[in-house]
Amino acid sequence: MPEYALLKACNIIKSYAGVQALKGASFELHAGEVHALIGENGAGKSTLIKIMTGAVDVDGGDLFLDGQLVVANSPQHARQLGIAAIYQQPALFPELSVAENIAFGIERKGLWSRIDWHGRRDRAIELLKQMGARISPEALAGELSMPEQQLVEIARSLGAEAKVLIMDEPTASLPEQDTQNLFRVIRELRDRGVGIIYISHRLEELALIADRVTVLRDGQTIDTRLMKDVDRGELIHLMVGRELSDVFPKREVQMGDVVLEIRNLSSRRAGINNVNLTVRAGEIIGLAGLVGSGRTELARTIFGLTPADEGEIRINGRPVVIGSPAEAIRHGIAYVPEDRRRHGVVLDLPISHNITLASLNGLAKFGALDFKREREIAVDFVNRLEVKTPSTYKPASTLSGGNQQKVALSRWLATEPGILILDEPTQGIDVGAKAEIHKLMCDLAAGGMAILMISSEMPEVMGMSDRIAVMHDGTVLEVLSRSEATQQKLLSLALGDNLGAQASLPA
Amino acid sequence: MPGSPLSTFNFARHQRELAALSAFAILLVLTGIVSPSFFDPANLRDLAVANAPVLIVAVGMTLVILAGQIDISVGSQFAVCSMLAGSLANTGIPVPLLVLLVPVAGGLLGALNGAFVAKLRMPSIVVTLAMMVVLRDALRWITEGAWVQGMPSGFQWFGAGQATGQVLIVIVALVVLFGIRWALNNLGAGRTVYAVGSDSEAARLAGVSPQQVVWVVFMLVGALTGLAALLNSVRFNSIPSNSGLGLELKAIAAVVVGGTAITGGRGSLIGTLIGTALLGTVGTALTYLGVNPFWEKAIQGGIILLALLSDILFSRMTSASIGLRREGAR
Repeated sequence: MPEYALLKACNIIKSYAGVQALKGASFELHAGEVHALIGENGAGKSTLIKIMTGAVDVDGGDLFLDGQLVVANSPQHARQLGIAAIYQQPALFPELSVAENIAFGIERKGLWSRIDWHGRRDRAIELLKQMGARISPEALAGELSMPEQQLVEIARSLGAEAKVLIMDEPTASLPEQDTQNLFRVIRELRDRGVGIIYISHRLEELALIADRVTVLRDGQTIDTRLMKDVDRGELIHLMVGRELSDVFPKREVQMGDVVLEIRNLSSRRAGINNVNLTVRAGEIIGLAGLVGSGRTELARTIFGLTPADEGEIRINGRPVVIGSPAEAIRHGIAYVPEDRRRHGVVLDLPISHNITLASLNGLAKFGALDFKREREIAVDFVNRLEVKTPSTYKPASTLSGGNQQKVALSRWLATEPGILILDEPTQGIDVGAKAEIHKLMCDLAAGGMAILMISSEMPEVMGMSDRIAVMHDGTVLEVLSRSEATQQKLLSLALGDNLGAQASLPA
Repeated sequence: MPGSPLSTFNFARHQRELAALSAFAILLVLTGIVSPSFFDPANLRDLAVANAPVLIVAVGMTLVILAGQIDISVGSQFAVCSMLAGSLANTGIPVPLLVLLVPVAGGLLGALNGAFVAKLRMPSIVVTLAMMVVLRDALRWITEGAWVQGMPSGFQWFGAGQATGQVLIVIVALVVLFGIRWALNNLGAGRTVYAVGSDSEAARLAGVSPQQVVWVVFMLVGALTGLAALLNSVRFNSIPSNSGLGLELKAIAAVVVGGTAITGGRGSLIGTLIGTALLGTVGTALTYLGVNPFWEKAIQGGIILLALLSDILFSRMTSASIGLRREGAR
């Protein structure tokens, strides 16, 4: 293995809208090696590879390829330099054929040159054959299954004849046989001197394929090791590493009766499978798990966005059927969605209208909206949650992320819910607003609300929850009490370790 | 915004309405100086009566556009409802029943549009384009181009005589405008129209049913178009089978000039009133100004472009001061 740095990232800094995703991360890739990149959700892996592929601009730090500083990186530039990537979600053109999709990524002819259809087809067949994939080059990409699309994506990246090939969870949707083929191809590429960056949550895979491994945590590089020198426990320790540095205002509350009980709940559409869970009044349940483990999907099922097709939801002991968000709201369920910039608030509407949007029925006086009450409610929430705005008539678009989140929360608190589902309630907001939201959650729980909190941030899950339900592959694998839970345990459960053990523990 | 005290009147937020209003005022002043006879009461009355049906359709169109949709079949719906009104009048059914039936028929046409868009999730521009052609050609086939004539005297001006009838038409149009404006501002349902047009998925997550909202606005624009057709028909003693040609463009233009965002979620009916008045007056005013009337359409087009241009410039200004908003959307 030649030991010079093919790709080198030094002290990369990147922040999104005030949130630091990378705080000086470094990474070194040799030609002819498979280098694994691991870390928890939000550790900065995706951001780092996006900087390498030019998908996002860097705020600080340098990127070198073959010892040359890469300036003004862009997806096009990176491709010319020989950096290719395949992402978790296949990004193919569904209306184009497989051959065209592959050609699109690799042909370097001018826009006006004539298309060599036969050449395209032959190239596609050859690349797919390398992958051991039986896919017709004439099939439309949109008609392929997810794993097949992933294979086409991989074939395309092979054809790019890149020096650096970045693979972000390439096996996430691949069946075993195809995974073996992929590994064979990766090894061939490696032996040809290609540098491969391999991102995966499946630690057991890394032992099979990676030569070295770099661990990212909180936007920083923790360590780079030879794969044969580390074991699984050590890797998990490196990924988790930190002590609970943030202070959480969690306090003990007197718990009431079971408010929400979920029995054998499944929704094929949402990919939710046989979920059991109970939440008591005054209790905060943390839903932990990796991205894609079904946490948001479970929340959406409970809220009636993707209604369940099997199992039972009981509220205050009575079985209920929830077929739409409106029904969920009637049953006292509130859901503050993830990605609030897109769907948590309606950007064009004033703050006051946003706050009352889910409780308009309660606002009517003789059929017409009571503006005085609306204003009182809005002002009350703005004061209570300390939303920073000069007026409740300002559109929600004028607020910062943390304040938008407070408005989204206010909307649901205005419905006076018994059950509050929070999806990544503090993602991407600043430390001050975060602490305020945590305090508010505790106050609400103390007031008897049952809270279900989805969070990818381990310290938040551990610091705020009374019990922690760990999800994997669309189901709740295990529910741990606050005292039982350690980051190690949570992460290893989230990675699917206890599969085959007891499926769930209703408390 | 509704309910806010006057002291918080936000000039920035009503900038588009104010711009259209200023343009209208300039047009009036200019015309008044060059040719004071423009303000002859008879002329103003004729203008108001001729534009009242357009205003009613534009009110419905505002609802559709606020909800993030479009209906380009209103012209054809208008023709169908006009023919229906005349034909029904000739069968001798009581006028009050007629007054009820024609808007209901329009509402049914709109409900059909709405069903395709809301339930089957087809794009509204395509659905209503198809509806526009189907209705127009079906009408041509059925009537073979013949006009409806010889309506009973109880139908003309609803039997109230021309003077009273004219006043009635204008009053009905204004009642419709202000009634729906009230509902839009004061009912929860009105609020949901803005929410759905602004961000349909966010509205759904807030427990609103976007499908229901979309269906209802299409039904309303149909019913209002039926009402407009009825009011228009009683003005004449014959109804051409090709009435309402180009009405969709007039209505959409009035809405856009009045400051309603074509992408939905933002706008007001007062803006639509100003937009209708501006575009409906330009043609006549030009004649008084001594400009060749062939310029009318070109100037109307220019007004629409100017309105959109000012919208874009304005939103650039505000988004520069907000900064984060677009960044966050990425």
